[in-house]
Amino acid sequence: MYSTDLRTEKEKKSADQQALPTSNLDDANLWDAFQKRIDNGDIIEAKDAMPEKYRATLLRQISQHAHSEIIGQLPEGNWVTRAPTLKRKLILLAKIQDEAGHGLYLYSAAETLGRSRDDMVADLLSGKAKYSTIFNYPAPSWADIGTIGWLVDGAAITNQIPLCRCSYGPYARAMVRVCKEESFHQRQGYEIVTVLAQGTPEQKQLAQDSINRYWWPSLMMFGPSDSASTHSSQNMKWKIKRHSNDVLRQRFIDATVPQAEFLGLTIPDPDLKWNEERGSYDHGDIDWGEFWAVIKDGGACGKDRIRARRAAAKDGIWVRAAAEAYAKKQAAKKQAA
Amino acid sequence: MTDNWHLFEVFIRSKNGLAHKHAGSVHAQDAQTAILSARDLYTRRGEASSLWIIKSADIIASDPAQDGELFDPADDKIYRHPTFYTVPDGVKNM
Repeated sequence: MYSTDLRTEKEKKSADQQALPTSNLDDANLWDAFQKRIDNGDIIEAKDAMPEKYRATLLRQISQHAHSEIIGQLPEGNWVTRAPTLKRKLILLAKIQDEAGHGLYLYSAAETLGRSRDDMVADLLSGKAKYSTIFNYPAPSWADIGTIGWLVDGAAITNQIPLCRCSYGPYARAMVRVCKEESFHQRQGYEIVTVLAQGTPEQKQLAQDSINRYWWPSLMMFGPSDSASTHSSQNMKWKIKRHSNDVLRQRFIDATVPQAEFLGLTIPDPDLKWNEERGSYDHGDIDWGEFWAVIKDGGACGKDRIRARRAAAKDGIWVRAAAEAYAKKQAAKKQAA
Repeated sequence: MTDNWHLFEVFIRSKNGLAHKHAGSVHAQDAQTAILSARDLYTRRGEASSLWIIKSADIIASDPAQDGELFDPADDKIYRHPTFYTVPDGVKNM
């Protein structure tokens, strides 16, 4: 997911060592008092005292979530000039503008934890910061724009709805806005896929090919099974996270499979079958080797994505310089008057 | 060029008759572009009939560490609430 912990075990360990509370009494008291607030259902606000590790975890998660929204514009931006109709083009532009907005809400939420947006963006451009692996998959057909809305944004909604009740107020409030807008994204995506699935055999095949490519990467968005992870349980204790990755993934599968069946499309998992006893679908094994490989080497599109962001940052320098010059001139005029 | 443009807080009145409510923040160089950016960022679906923008640095906030001293004095004055008083049976409320 956009907010899944994408660090390797080694990176997690080294971050833990840096963020360990010092052994003085204040910190121990702070941790206890803080946990008590969380247990009471208190929402933590920007200037409240908080353990360094809580702050660092949220800062990493929210900034990575913001980067994912920004990078998420790129596969879609590629289709603006080739959208099949004016209506689809307008919808796609509106969706991409929403993604930019989501990135900005989230950068603002992250800034309340004491790091500037420019610093976070610098980490994205240098390749230091991570973002969701899903955006490193190519979108070579129009059907992918439908699938991205339906499956990728559908997975995002499944993950983000519980984040609306996250213990950190600024993040939770940003998520409320994001979720409202995301449901338009998911619906327009499913509508694109519906039109294709009910079109010519070639159009239906386009939709099927796209699901074949995006199904497994969408399931990977929820992150590895986290029942055994100590990080995950700490995040649950702090109510940064409300459900395990597996619970959310199951919720997504159970909601999505009937939608595919309705369209006569096949989920590319031979082991997928309804489990009467659990009232849920059983699914096949996920290839986590692929997930970690995409994180490590950027997959098919990682280099392109960063190159595109760097070019945008560079091409926008004159705009920002002009805005600064204009603001200075207006301020000087005002002073002279 | 400078880093980290000024941070502004954005308040939205969703319709006349209601108070402005905090919506989020924007970065901008000046007040005019802050208003335009806030419009693009927070009112893409008809959420506003009015916007207030203020530089974040100009907001004077109470200190959460001092919450106790600041707000406790209200806690022991229950006689400020109407429920403190009993009304005899048969007497109608205002």
